[in-house]
Amino acid sequence: MSPTALPRQEGGRRRLAYLLSAPASVLILLIYVLPIVAVFVISFTDYSLVYDGFDFVGLDNYKQMFTDEHFAEALKNTLIYAAIFIPGAFFLPLVLAIAIQRRRRFRSILEVLYFMPVTSTLTAMTLVWRALLDGNQGAINNMLVGLGLDKVNWLGDGDIVLISIAMVSIWGIIGFNMVLFLAGLTVIPQNLYEAASIDGADHPLDRFFQVTWPLLAPTSLFVSVNTLVTAFKLFDTVAVLTHGGPDRASEVYLYLAYLEGFENFNMAYACALSLVFLVVLFLVAWLQTRLGDRRRTQA
Amino acid sequence: MTVTTSIQKPQSSWLRFLASFKPKSLGDGVGTGFLFLGAWLIIFPFVWMLSASLKPADEVYDSSFHFWPQTFVGDVNYYGVLFDQPYLTFLANSFIVCAGILVVQLVTAVPAAYALAKLKFRGSTILFGFVVASLTIPINVTSIPIYLGLVKVGLLDTYFSLMFPFFVSVFAIFLFRQFFKDYPDSIIDAARVDGFSEIEIILRLILPAAIPAVAAFSVFSVVAHWNDLYWPLIVVQSQEKMTAALSMLQYQSEFDNDYGRTFASATVVTLPMVVIFLFARRLFIRSITMSGIKG
Repeated sequence: MSPTALPRQEGGRRRLAYLLSAPASVLILLIYVLPIVAVFVISFTDYSLVYDGFDFVGLDNYKQMFTDEHFAEALKNTLIYAAIFIPGAFFLPLVLAIAIQRRRRFRSILEVLYFMPVTSTLTAMTLVWRALLDGNQGAINNMLVGLGLDKVNWLGDGDIVLISIAMVSIWGIIGFNMVLFLAGLTVIPQNLYEAASIDGADHPLDRFFQVTWPLLAPTSLFVSVNTLVTAFKLFDTVAVLTHGGPDRASEVYLYLAYLEGFENFNMAYACALSLVFLVVLFLVAWLQTRLGDRRRTQA
Repeated sequence: MTVTTSIQKPQSSWLRFLASFKPKSLGDGVGTGFLFLGAWLIIFPFVWMLSASLKPADEVYDSSFHFWPQTFVGDVNYYGVLFDQPYLTFLANSFIVCAGILVVQLVTAVPAAYALAKLKFRGSTILFGFVVASLTIPINVTSIPIYLGLVKVGLLDTYFSLMFPFFVSVFAIFLFRQFFKDYPDSIIDAARVDGFSEIEIILRLILPAAIPAVAAFSVFSVVAHWNDLYWPLIVVQSQEKMTAALSMLQYQSEFDNDYGRTFASATVVTLPMVVIFLFARRLFIRSITMSGIKG
């Protein structure tokens, strides 16, 4: 190879790099960058799809959130839902993963069964849940009556509906988080358990707190952040199961943003709502990297 | 783990197989019992759905649950769903949309990821910065401008509008870049000396090595878009372009009060992804763990 051929190749390779990354770059511009800029700009206007023209209104859309009782309601519902959903979606899979991991004979079949809901089409399965949770003739209430208990108005009672939705969501995510925990558990070296056992940590709970929990921290961080974001993103189940009802009791943040944007065509207000949502997501992502970094420097 | 050294009589392998089911301890047996009880609760909605899909409407909500219907009308229900109702269209739409999205995602992500991982060019840091930032941005945030753009160009209610926001997967770029980076530079350099062009290097060296990542991502992508409700709900206006997942929303109005047939349609819509899962279980699980561990 002659010495002059090298720079020419380098240049050719650089040109090729532009060519290779061009389609993705253009699409990222069209699908992410420009829409985010547009969301930002529209959120300072009074744009609506149903009227021509628009004016800049400054922070009006953001101020509106403070007086909008639907916004306050949606925020409250989302937080209540998250408070019910997250602990269940975190601890149930953790316990299951630890219980399943030690088993050789039944591990595969149990993994398949618990994972089934993750693959299934949630809109279709939510239809099934609506039938199971039916207040009058649903299978769950039939079972309660069979046990001598009272019927529960799962979807019609404003105080219960968020619990019902959280139940369906936990059902849907157990397998997903369990698989993540299982992956985290398999990379814990077995000899650490043996070492802990030599140190006198024989009880399963000792083993858990001395070995499993600290070494599972990276997985736990990922699972909890992922579960938190999933909680905020709740949409499908509400859209199929309750339509935000009864009387807005299950109207969560993204469902409100959807209604404002695509049912009421208050595009500008919906953009402001979307942007606030994005800021929260970025905060969560930032917190995740910060926590991850701190853990790494401590280790 | 304790090693038992007691002397055992020679056993046939069949007996040993049976013995292996014997719980090691009472606690172990109880634990297994609870795990299967939990698993039964998890799959009960599927069992119920399958059972309801075989029943006539008036039997679906019977107060006592029998898996097998008293009057079997499974054939009628499924025939109705597939041939009287437009479910074949819905399934075909979902298939077209998922396949189209996946192909474009791979065609755009693989070269970009290779460029980011192995080639030096100005702007690569900026591009990667945008990729990482976009990982956090869900469709729910960008939906309004993209919708308005599609309205402007008159493409609402088309396959294109269903696919467009997903043509680039920043997740795929991120994932593949990570994978390609691990590929040894020495092999690439050697191939260059042997006269391989960069395109040949991608197609004949990098891509085969990245098959596990590509396969796992493909499963992830297809499942995500088969099951998506939010975006189809926004851009689909006619039954002709309705996806399978979106079609489930029709039952909120009195689309069909034949409950047996309703759940036959739910089964038909759910089945493809469950089948893919059962056949590609390892891939499926890898697609999830890759997102967590590699990130």
